Amino acid sequence: QLPTGLYKKVLVILHDSILPYMNEPTLMMDFLTVAYGIGGAISLLALNGLFILIHQHNLEYPDFYKKLYNLLDPSIYHVKYRARFFHLTDLFLSSSHLPAYLVAAFIKRLSRLALTAPPEALLMIIPFICNLFRRHPACRVLVHRPGGPADMSEDPYVMEEEEPSKSRALESSLWEIQSLQNHYHPDVAKAAAVLNQSLSEMEDDISGLLELSAYELFDKEVKKKAVDVPLEFEQVRGLFGKKNDIFAEHFSLD
Amino acid sequence: SNPFEVKVNRQKFDILGRKTKNDVGLPGVSRSKAIKKRNQTLLKEYKEREKTNVFKDKRFGEYNTKITPEEKMIRRFALERQQNYGKKNIYNLNEDEELTHYGQSLAEIEKLNDIVDSDSDTEERGTLSAELTAAHFGGGGGLLRKKVSSEQHDEEEGKPKSRKELIEEMIAKSKQEKQERQTRRESALELTEKLDKDWKEIQTLIARKTPKSERKDKEAEKPKPDEYDMIVRELGFEMKAKPSERLKTEEELAKEEQARLQKLEADRLRRMHGIDEEANKKRPSHMSADDLADGFILDKDDRRLLSYKDGKINIENEEEKEEEEGEEEEDEEGEEEEDENEEESQEEFASEDEEDDAADSHSDLESDLESEEEATGNKEEKKDKANENESQNVEKLDPKREAAKSELPYTFAVPESYETFKSLLAGRTTEQQLIILERIQKCNHPSLAVGNKAKLEKLFGFLLEYIGELATLDLPELRTIDKLVLPLYNLCQMFPEAASDSIKFILRDAAHDLEEVIEVKGRATFPGLDSLIYLKIVSLLFPTSDFWHPVVTPAFMYMSQLLTKCRITTLQDVIKGLFICCLFLEYVSLSRRFVPELINFLLGVLHISLPKNQAQGYTVVHPFTPVGKNLELLLVCDKEDLRSWEKQSVPLSIVPRLKETSRTEINHTRLSCLALCFDLIKKCAALYESLPSFHEIMHPIRNLLTQHVPVNEYPEKMQEWYHSALNELENKVKHYTPLICEKKKPVPLKQYTPKIVKVLEFGRKQAGSKKEQERKQLIQRHKRELKGAIREIRKDNQYLARMQLSEIMERDAARKRKVKELLGSLATQEGEWKAMKRKKWKN
Repeated sequence: QLPTGLYKKVLVILHDSILPYMNEPTLMMDFLTVAYGIGGAISLLALNGLFILIHQHNLEYPDFYKKLYNLLDPSIYHVKYRARFFHLTDLFLSSSHLPAYLVAAFIKRLSRLALTAPPEALLMIIPFICNLFRRHPACRVLVHRPGGPADMSEDPYVMEEEEPSKSRALESSLWEIQSLQNHYHPDVAKAAAVLNQSLSEMEDDISGLLELSAYELFDKEVKKKAVDVPLEFEQVRGLFGKKNDIFAEHFSLD
Repeated sequence: SNPFEVKVNRQKFDILGRKTKNDVGLPGVSRSKAIKKRNQTLLKEYKEREKTNVFKDKRFGEYNTKITPEEKMIRRFALERQQNYGKKNIYNLNEDEELTHYGQSLAEIEKLNDIVDSDSDTEERGTLSAELTAAHFGGGGGLLRKKVSSEQHDEEEGKPKSRKELIEEMIAKSKQEKQERQTRRESALELTEKLDKDWKEIQTLIARKTPKSERKDKEAEKPKPDEYDMIVRELGFEMKAKPSERLKTEEELAKEEQARLQKLEADRLRRMHGIDEEANKKRPSHMSADDLADGFILDKDDRRLLSYKDGKINIENEEEKEEEEGEEEEDEEGEEEEDENEEESQEEFASEDEEDDAADSHSDLESDLESEEEATGNKEEKKDKANENESQNVEKLDPKREAAKSELPYTFAVPESYETFKSLLAGRTTEQQLIILERIQKCNHPSLAVGNKAKLEKLFGFLLEYIGELATLDLPELRTIDKLVLPLYNLCQMFPEAASDSIKFILRDAAHDLEEVIEVKGRATFPGLDSLIYLKIVSLLFPTSDFWHPVVTPAFMYMSQLLTKCRITTLQDVIKGLFICCLFLEYVSLSRRFVPELINFLLGVLHISLPKNQAQGYTVVHPFTPVGKNLELLLVCDKEDLRSWEKQSVPLSIVPRLKETSRTEINHTRLSCLALCFDLIKKCAALYESLPSFHEIMHPIRNLLTQHVPVNEYPEKMQEWYHSALNELENKVKHYTPLICEKKKPVPLKQYTPKIVKVLEFGRKQAGSKKEQERKQLIQRHKRELKGAIREIRKDNQYLARMQLSEIMERDAARKRKVKELLGSLATQEGEWKAMKRKKWKN
């Protein structure tokens, strides 16, 4: 009903400037439900108000997790409200009473989407997934399946399936995180390598990682003091003078 | 020793392994020692307690044990001489002190020295010398006779010859002998002199021809074997020729080179896998601490800080400085040089930025260069000539250039500021610039002078900045940059730390600018060509395959930011983005690391090459949007252009000035970009095929390629590119093995066996950290020393009291004795007096 910009503005402040001051917060129920159904960033934002209604005002929301599951798409790692969204998702998934298939589906979906994520998001999502494993030990088959089939030709997980229970996530393994062990960013690679070992009992604190920005990451790297600087030993023969230089193939200096 | 003097400290328990220091004591001995010591020190002090005049021993170094006796003597002698010096009569000019050797006057010795013969009879005038002369000169020496006579004397003791006569006889004889000797010596001297003279005359004639034997004889006769001796000595002391290392054959050289490269490669691999032991140990803890704590404080102060520190490459600071410096320099420069420079600059073709500061442009050739040039010119000339011939054979063809180049000075000072550096290179051809840089490096090699290292380190920054400036020109001089990379590489090899710092600074600046733009506008645009060139240079200078590298990792981060944050609105943006994609691919070509941004971007590029409003089976991520302005940026509909397209490399210079080009050209460039994109997809596929989730990564791209790309509309060449990329994607086997965690080391059960700790020292507490232990030790030592000092003081007091008591006793005893004496004498007096009285009475 509202233009997108206005929607966003309202939703951003809804949870702490509007809802607490309303006599009947439940009146917002319909508005939020509609907003949640719109999809994209607006859904993400509506989540916050919805959470308050569910949490404090006994709102019954059918298929809440299914909708949340379907909110996950590649853009969640790139949008501005990433921190808020993952903070809430962390809350929603913190219950240990959730069925394993659901959590596994979330894990699998998040890590599948992580294949397109920038490093700052990866540094947040990998500990996030680790925490999920800690809370739901039943999901650990995703990283540790000793008696499984030796070789599969297909990932059993169905990404396109909207229903988490039918996504066959529990039959799959977290190859995505294994791929991320080869990530170019050393910290991401190290974080991903944690899943090779059995996890420690303590949960990681991800609150500090939620707001991590690319520039902060960059700054941290730049400020690191190096003991010595390894050098390229191949003699330079010009700007595009390397062996098999891709640039020489496609770009010219003129 | 006496068993009664030994006191044994009895131990209650025997403890194995304990060493006791104080089980036996010698109280008597130690007490007597202590008393003796006090006698020497305390008693003396006590006795002299009210005396103010002190006996001072001013002999030099009398109590100094550090200098040897000889040295002490020498120093004393010197002191003595110093004292005497200058105290003499000032009117007596000639009176020098007498030099002596072994107590004999050197002057005297010198006087006798003209007698060359070393028979040395002058000094030894006693009987022994007489004996010697007798033996040598054979002429019945006085001694024999004397001996005989003395024997005779002994035998005929009673003869009437008186002693006086004998002595007179002896004196006469000795005088005669002396005379004889003197005459003989004189004649010998004369003869030798004559011989010398003759020899000198002959010598010139028979310089070469004298047989050896003769020469030897003569030299033996002559006691001055100057040259010969010298030569012999020289030969003796000359360095023996050492066996040098064998020259290596080409094979060996090649082998060595190969071994070196292999080692470097192994090193690189180690770094790539990040198995650096120290790093591995340190990093994890370091990391976690950083992750949690660092995030939010970083933002503010860093830029200010660095701009002060690295002033050399900070543009804003630099320019302010430069202006001042420029003015100063103008005043300083010598006139004759200015003229020269004017001539030079007139000859050179005017380039865009030269006009304004033509006069200024050569101010950096400071006046001291001239003199330097003269000094080092010759040497440098040879070197440089050789180098020129090797490195630039192109220029030989061009006589004009040759002539211009010959005017280049051979020595350069390292420019102090970027401005001077720029003016040094301005207007020169690329080759000349290279030569100038090379000469700067040579003239200021760090081994030549102390400050050169810092200067050359600065030079790296200047060069980098210069390259950046060349890249940002309207017509980027990429060819020049291409050449300038070489000196950059060399400098980097010389000073890795400084080089990495400069590049990091540039990256930091660029990233900061990007961040600022994002904060202000919410969206960022791609940076200029210079940033791209810098990133490319990073890959040339540093190994990009390292797990972590102080320069390369930030460069990765920066590139990732560029690909994710920058908006794609124009074709230039696409080209730049593809350039960065190429950079990414090049960076990870050896390490095969996964770069999600790269895949996203390629997907986006494909997406914008498609016509609008298609059903999508894929999702593009930021900066590409499924709907929006930048759609169809790469879409080419013109059939004509499609047909006429041929794959060609994209000229980088197109980036800053795309607007002027024609529509066809733009279309062709679009197609080239698309082809490049296909090729990059193919390369990515080849690179990442070993990743376990390769298919998931590539799924959107494959989807798009197979379902959406209008292959049939493409020209044939493009179709080739397309198919090769698609093939690369499709013919990978799907292969999944379930993950299995690494086995954890089983945690050992808790056990109740006693913990065994190695005891290093008994009687000392083991617990606590090292620092704590040290502290305890110190406290204990302090306590012990304090106790000892108190004890000593107490004993001193006791000793003093004893001394005082004994003094008093002595005094009393003396008084008593005196009193007794007095009384005694009085008694005797009395007695005597009484005796006298009694006598009187008797009488």
